Amino acid sequence: MTTLHGLGISSIALMIFAATLTRAQENLPAQPTKERDLEYYAELAKAPEKARALKNPLESDPDAVAAGRKLFEGHCAECHGNTAEGGKNAPSLRVPAVQEATPGTLFWVLTNGVVRRGMPVWSKLPEPQRWQIVSYLKSLGPSQTNSSEK
Amino acid sequence: MHSSSLPDRRPPARLINFILLSLLFSAAAAWAQESPYIVTYDHYLEEPGSLEVEYYSNFATQRGGNDFHSYWLELEYGATAWWTTELYLDAQTTFGDSTVFTGFRWENRIRPLKHEHFINPVLYIEYEHISDADKIIKEVEGHDVESDNLDPNAIARQEHKHELEFKLILSRNVKGWNFAVNPIVVKNLLPSEPWEFGYAMGASRPLALKASSHACSFCRENFVAGVEMYGGLGDTVSPGLHETSHYVAPVVAWNLPSNWTLRLLPTFGLNDNSHRFMLRWGVSHEFSGFGQMVSRVFGGHE
Repeated sequence: MTTLHGLGISSIALMIFAATLTRAQENLPAQPTKERDLEYYAELAKAPEKARALKNPLESDPDAVAAGRKLFEGHCAECHGNTAEGGKNAPSLRVPAVQEATPGTLFWVLTNGVVRRGMPVWSKLPEPQRWQIVSYLKSLGPSQTNSSEK
Repeated sequence: MHSSSLPDRRPPARLINFILLSLLFSAAAAWAQESPYIVTYDHYLEEPGSLEVEYYSNFATQRGGNDFHSYWLELEYGATAWWTTELYLDAQTTFGDSTVFTGFRWENRIRPLKHEHFINPVLYIEYEHISDADKIIKEVEGHDVESDNLDPNAIARQEHKHELEFKLILSRNVKGWNFAVNPIVVKNLLPSEPWEFGYAMGASRPLALKASSHACSFCRENFVAGVEMYGGLGDTVSPGLHETSHYVAPVVAWNLPSNWTLRLLPTFGLNDNSHRFMLRWGVSHEFSGFGQMVSRVFGGHE
C-alpha cells in the first residue's frame, strides 16, 4: 500500500515536472528573427579589451580546425546548424559580425555564453577545445546568404 | 479519398514522430561533457531544452545488518540556460529483506550570474518526500550514520519525511581542473526537527585537454577522472563532527559518443560511522532538443 501511495505521489510529481518543462520550453525564443539575432551579436561588443586581444594559441595547429569541427558538431550544431548558418534557436555564425570578430572575442562569448538569451556557458570544455572551436569557426568564412547582415 | 472524411489522426502521427525522433536523436553524432561526480555539483547546468535520463546504482556494505543495493532514476531538464530542474525516483533492495520504492525528490538549480567569474555560484533547492528506508546516500548531512540503515524495510518504510535541502554550489575551472565545493543545509519540515549541515567537494580533470581531430570512443579527452568527498557536519542542536559519517571516492566518467556517459565511483567510509565500502556507478543519456520535440508533439511552436 505504501509503495502504491509512493508511486501515486511520484506520478503526480512526474506530471508537474513534465508540465514545468513544456511550459519552460515555451518561454524560449519562439522564432528566429533578425532582432533576436542582433541581440546575440551585440554580445560580441561586450567582450573586454583584454579578452579581445587574446591570440588563438592553436592558430598554427594543423589539427585544430578538424578537431574544432568535431566539437562543433557535438556541442553547437544542434542550435547553430550543421554549417553554422543558424537554426531555430540560435543565430548564424557565418555573418560578418561573427567572422570579423577577433579570436579572443569568440573565445570570450563561448566561455561566458549568452545565458539570459539561452546560450549556455561552455567553459566546461577545456580551454584548448574552446580554441579549437574558434579555429573551426574562423575557417568557415562568411556565407553568401548572410554576407549582407552585420 | 478525401482527408476530411477520415478521423483526425494528427496526435498519433505526432506521437510516432516523437518516438522516431527520439531514436534518431539517440544516434546523433554528439556527445555529452558531463561531470564525473555523483554527490558533488559543479556550476554547469543542463543545456536548454535537453533532457538527461540517468540511472545510478549503489552497492553498500552494512555492519550489523544486511548489505543493500540502492538505485535511483534522475530526469534532468534544462528549462533555460540559467535553470535546471530534476526529478529523482528512489528505490532499494536490502539483501535478505525486500525491495521497496523509497520516494521522490524534486531539485532545482539556478545560476544567478550571467558570466563566468573567479568562483561561480549556483543556488540549489530540493524538496524530498522519502521514507526512512531510503538508502541512496545522494548526500550526507547532520548526524547521518551507517546504523541509520539497520532497520528492516517493513519498519523503515512506515516513517516518511518531507525535507527541504539547500546547497550553495561554488565551482571554478583552472587549467582544465574543476574544483567544486557544496555547503549543504537541510530542514525537515517538522518544526521540531533541527537544521542539519553537510558538505561535498570534488576535483576532476579530463585526461586530455585538446580534442583529437577524429571521432573516437577511447580518446583520452573522453575520460574525466578525479575525487570527491562528502559528509555530515551535525545540526543546530549538536553541531560538529561527532557522530557524523564521511566518505571519499575516486571518480571516473567516460563520455561516449551519442551522448552516453558512464560513471564509476568506488567509495570508502572514512570513520566508524560510515559504510565501509560502496560501489557506485551510473549511466546517463542526454536527449538534446527534447524540449523542442515535446513542444512539437503538443502543438506548440518550435
